[in-house]
Amino acid sequence: MKKKRRSVSYAKWGYIFILPFFICFFIFSLIPLIDTIRYSFFEYYRSGIKEIGPNFVGLQNYISLLGSDMLKYAGNTLILWVIGFIPQIVVALLLANWFTDIRLKIRGKQFFKVVIYLPNLIMASAFAMLFFAMFSTNGPINSILMSLGWISEPIDFLGSVIGTRSLVGLMNFLMWFGNTTIMLMAAIMGISQDIFEACELDGCTSIKRFFYITLPLIRPILAYTLITSIIGGLQMFDVPQILTNGQGNPDRTSMTLIMFLNSHLESRNYGMAGALSVYLFIVSGILCFFVYRMTNGTDSEAKAARKRAKAAKGGDRR
Amino acid sequence: MKKRVFAALMAAVTAAGLLAGCGSSGSDEGSGTTESTEEGKVINIYSWNDEFRTRLEAVYPEVESTSDDGTVTTLKDGTEIHWIINPNQDGVYQQKLDEALMNQADAAADDKIDIFLSETDYVYKYTDAEADVAMPLTDLGIDPDTDLADQYDFTKTTASDREGVQRGSTWQCCPGVLVYRRDIAQDVFGTDDPTAVGEKVKDWDTLKATAEELKAKGYYTFASYADTFRVYSNNISEPWVADGETTVKVDPLIMDWVENSKEWLDAGYLDKTVKGQFNDDWNKAMGSSSKVFAFLLPPWGIDFTLNPNWDGDTGAWAVTNPPQEYNWGGSYIHAATGTDNPEHVKDIILAMTAEKDTLLKISQDYLDFTNTVSGMEEAAADDTYASDFLGGQNAYEYYAPVAENIQIAPLSAYDLGCVELFQNSFSDYFQGNVDFDKAKDNFETAIKERYPDITEVQWPE
Repeated sequence: MKKKRRSVSYAKWGYIFILPFFICFFIFSLIPLIDTIRYSFFEYYRSGIKEIGPNFVGLQNYISLLGSDMLKYAGNTLILWVIGFIPQIVVALLLANWFTDIRLKIRGKQFFKVVIYLPNLIMASAFAMLFFAMFSTNGPINSILMSLGWISEPIDFLGSVIGTRSLVGLMNFLMWFGNTTIMLMAAIMGISQDIFEACELDGCTSIKRFFYITLPLIRPILAYTLITSIIGGLQMFDVPQILTNGQGNPDRTSMTLIMFLNSHLESRNYGMAGALSVYLFIVSGILCFFVYRMTNGTDSEAKAARKRAKAAKGGDRR
Repeated sequence: MKKRVFAALMAAVTAAGLLAGCGSSGSDEGSGTTESTEEGKVINIYSWNDEFRTRLEAVYPEVESTSDDGTVTTLKDGTEIHWIINPNQDGVYQQKLDEALMNQADAAADDKIDIFLSETDYVYKYTDAEADVAMPLTDLGIDPDTDLADQYDFTKTTASDREGVQRGSTWQCCPGVLVYRRDIAQDVFGTDDPTAVGEKVKDWDTLKATAEELKAKGYYTFASYADTFRVYSNNISEPWVADGETTVKVDPLIMDWVENSKEWLDAGYLDKTVKGQFNDDWNKAMGSSSKVFAFLLPPWGIDFTLNPNWDGDTGAWAVTNPPQEYNWGGSYIHAATGTDNPEHVKDIILAMTAEKDTLLKISQDYLDFTNTVSGMEEAAADDTYASDFLGGQNAYEYYAPVAENIQIAPLSAYDLGCVELFQNSFSDYFQGNVDFDKAKDNFETAIKERYPDITEVQWPE
């Protein structure tokens, strides 16, 4: 105890510097978060301009959500995410591999990196509005296809399930593949050049090199990309919302979970919306746990080594 | 010790933040009570576009000037009108208005809402006696029976609560008519005379026969199934939701709309590629390259949507009677309860909605069909009201009789959502994406989501 007092402690400055963040977090994140959970147990909404509630109803909101189409919307969200994610990861892997291949000597790499990242900088809602206009039945895409003679009747993209879902997928793909490419490039560049050289000396083709060297070595980052993308996908909202006018047309097949949440908020139904948020929170929490596990020691050998070291120290857990 | 300092610091920062938020309202509340007998210096008006502002600037005699950005209008006695404009899209306007109305009691005198506007689709929400956010006109010193005697009766009914106390007033009146392309009429019927065409569209059965004629020549009668919706929905006999009930009752007329629309769409009388209204396809259907013969629009529709979307020669359109009288839209002016400028508000409402000369001036300048029975009868007979866009036709001749015959549908606070979600659910059915029962289910799901207090949807037998 005495020893501690004598040494100069700079720790307080650390606390002072992070204080603004914690104050902001407390006011703008933690309190609303707790409120959300609290209100999820209440009947609390607005009818016209009259407020109903809050009346405590226990788990009623959670139960009626399970009885609603929530799981269907979860399915929609998953499908929309998969449609966007598969091309995204394939293209990103391909591009990352090409850009980092020193033998290809691609010129203007920086330029391309900026260009593929650009769609991400456009506001998603503006992007969706652009697509909505382009793919409308009498829009430019249909006119081009018709004047080329490829189709005789205009295609009703937004009137069909496949059309709407693919458009949402396409937009998510365009917006995010640049981001993923850059992340994967960083991962590939982290691999020691010695390994690539060695495999070339052994006569690897570039395809073999990709599958046997690159892919296994960037697995942790790949997993990270996957999980963060799922979490992002869970919150998919602005693109389908704008593209389908908030209704998830046709037949509510492109209604995502957050759009469902949003339609509860039109009547300020804090109770239901809160319960839905808690469900989403739990799912995201589980996914986050996986990310945490992966980024902190996916390498089983390292883990085993650490365990051994700990065991040697003598049962000191954390 | 250190911990305690931090705790104190954090508490102080938090408290400072909280106090800063309350400061303005807390300190001004005192002055609000002392000033209650005299008029405040600021009139706050909530609206969703500059429609009311432009009309007020043009005809209200007390206006001195308006700032360049259009947010502040100064009156001759020095009072400022502050315009708070929020767009109608996605319910933004109502959200902001609701928020402000709920804080009305605690707001500083100059921050209180004095006037707000509402549309027919949701006017009932604000005239509700229990909510009491819109003042009864009699409390302002306006007697609807004498001061507003020249207004169309249905506009007065619309602006009244369920006990019949009028809580708002409007300068415009929105009788729907049928607007058609003269060149197509010439091509198909050999004449573009409004009377002759009016005969061809006088009721639904005749219109159906006419549609067949138009189809034979390759024309569509209307652009979208949504075009006819208002004609049906404005003539329903029971409100969507009766007062105090939690059941949505779908009127048989609405189901007629579903049946007829499906039939018309399948028969090719409507353009399949146009889905709904106010979107890109619908706007294009108003252009010169479109094959659409007619639209069902009120006066503002001709001025605000048809005119800007038309790209051919002026004078290509004409107006005639609709197959059934109906009303579409209308902006109501309300005095907000708790206003600190009751005298100004009264003066504005009277000047904008009860002065025949002012209203006739609005009609001349903005082509609005205004809320004065005798004035509109004069306009119908006066050739100076002829419109270039309609090829020199005096449209008031057709508006006036429609306006007199409008039976406004009984309103409910749920109208906006019902109308929107019903059209949306059934457009899937029209396009063949879902069957009839599934469309019904989807409407039930959507309406219960939008209004948590709705427990049941009743369909007509």
